Amino acid sequence: MLRTTGLEYSYDGKRTLSFPDVSCEQGSHWLVLGQSGCGKTTLLHLLGGLLTPSRGTVEIAGTRLGELRSTARDHFRGRQIGIIFQKPHFVRSLTVGENLQLARHLAGQAPDQERIVHLLERLNIVHKLQARTDNLSEGERQRAAIALALVNKPKVILADEPTSALDDHHTGEVVRLLEEQASLAQATLLVVTHDNRLKAQFPHQIQLQVQPNASGAL
Amino acid sequence: MNIARLSWKNLTDKPLNMALSLILFALGVGLISLLFLLEKQLQEKFDKNLAGIDLVIGAKGSPLQLILSSMYHIDSPTGNISLEEARPFMRPDHPLIGEAIPVSLGDSYQSYRIVGTDHRLVGLYAGKLAEGRLWEGDFEVTIGASIARELGLKMGDKFKSSHGFVHDDDLEHGDAQSFQVVGILAPSGAVIDQLILTNTQSIWKVHGEHAESEGAADDHDHEAHEHAEGEHAEEGAAPGDLSAESGGEITALLVKYKTRNFQTLNLPRNINENTDLLAATPAIELNRIYARLGVGMDALQVLALVIVVVSGLSIFISLFSSLKDRKYELAWMRVMGATPGKVFLMIILEGLLLAVSGYVLGIALSHFGMEVLAGFMKESYRYSLTGAVFMWQEVAILAGALLVGFLAAVIPAIQASNADISTTLAQR
Repeated sequence: MLRTTGLEYSYDGKRTLSFPDVSCEQGSHWLVLGQSGCGKTTLLHLLGGLLTPSRGTVEIAGTRLGELRSTARDHFRGRQIGIIFQKPHFVRSLTVGENLQLARHLAGQAPDQERIVHLLERLNIVHKLQARTDNLSEGERQRAAIALALVNKPKVILADEPTSALDDHHTGEVVRLLEEQASLAQATLLVVTHDNRLKAQFPHQIQLQVQPNASGAL
Repeated sequence: MNIARLSWKNLTDKPLNMALSLILFALGVGLISLLFLLEKQLQEKFDKNLAGIDLVIGAKGSPLQLILSSMYHIDSPTGNISLEEARPFMRPDHPLIGEAIPVSLGDSYQSYRIVGTDHRLVGLYAGKLAEGRLWEGDFEVTIGASIARELGLKMGDKFKSSHGFVHDDDLEHGDAQSFQVVGILAPSGAVIDQLILTNTQSIWKVHGEHAESEGAADDHDHEAHEHAEGEHAEEGAAPGDLSAESGGEITALLVKYKTRNFQTLNLPRNINENTDLLAATPAIELNRIYARLGVGMDALQVLALVIVVVSGLSIFISLFSSLKDRKYELAWMRVMGATPGKVFLMIILEGLLLAVSGYVLGIALSHFGMEVLAGFMKESYRYSLTGAVFMWQEVAILAGALLVGFLAAVIPAIQASNADISTTLAQR
């Protein structure tokens, strides 16, 4: 389902990060753990097709990302990969509902208001359908971000430090929601974090090591 | 939710920024369009009223004033000339002059000018009767279409004239006979729409005491009379024919040449040097007006272009600075599957939408402004202009507006579509 082989990424041709091979079954839930600077975000961007690896391949649902042209990769990402960031992003001028409509349009999917309402119901924020994203609470923003990642029924959901800014109570809830929604959509879930609180909840784990020649910033 | 709607939402999300760019753009477009409207209509009016008149002969003064007063009826006359002075040019056997139409001014009704002339003036502007007939006897008038409409004058209505061109009840010729409407002309778009036409003798009769006090011209009279008698036989008396008259005054002669040649080129100079009359060539005077108006028009046009450029700059700056705020959402759109091309399109559309809205607002503004201006023109000159016309230039202005919108947006659009999403999203 989600498979990498010999993945490497080099910054300006000198400092190179290499990653262990990953192979995730469809519908399985994974935790990628590692301290700051070991390249967690870089791995997530490589998996999401936001970065191009200098060596190795990323294969999602039978498609090798490296073989797609850049616009085709954008389309593929829109349809097949849902990404959740630590800090949720929205188009500010649009309401929650319109953001979801836009996400479907950008991925080339037909409008589906029913699915949008259904999704928001499941996430318990359907009353925010017409709300501007500025007017959401932190918890509601995180839920709306999950809805956006799921609206196109992706095969893979990637989450980058989704809980690092949250307290224990909200962390538990966000992880529960992510697992619940990923299971409902039968999507592969891969959470990248340095947050050890999540360890107990994921049976599949990958530990990234700090690489001495890597950039400290990532 | 498509890209065009998204662009629109992004614009309206910052109403103040949008309003500033929009107002500037609308002002620039509006001013340019207004200048075109004004120039076009004034030129049309002037050219239409030229009506093939080659020369205007009147009293000494400013040639421009003579043309404006006796052809366009928007200035005071330079003075009157005696019929005797004018008569040589009215001879049907004049070698150069084909037609010489007398015009007598001085009175008005409700600030519409009463013109003493003959039927050839109507022919000059290809005027047609809508009702009734042309004037024949004294104190019969045929009125222009605008007057009939504005003053509600109908066939058979009577009115008294007043002295001068400004409406003033105190200046009414109270003891003179009333004029009676015997005909109404169909709208022609030319100056006769706003004239009250009658024969020259009626103008004299209103000023009856005035004519009598000019007995000094008696000596010439006899001589002139004999002259006139001779011509009379040849031509046959048309209504309002002045060849049998003597001692009166007219304001100007509108002259059409038989043919144009070097002699007609010299005619105005001969008249100006050898007689007490003034001869002015409308084409030359018109060019002088255009040249004078042109300087002002050019200055305004430059100003309008500067405003458009500044508004383009304001669109550019507001788009460019908005990119900073929208850095994350643009990256997020890319994550959600937007290609760089879509992001480019979105920013370009924002520029174009602003330009088109500004254009629509500006065109509306200019036509409204033209209507307001037309109201003023009507009040002071009785000239009817309108804002309810469409010009092909407006299509050209639209093309220009789109170009400005595109140019203003293209650099921000390139910047937005080339942004490195991974780097942006990795920033915490």
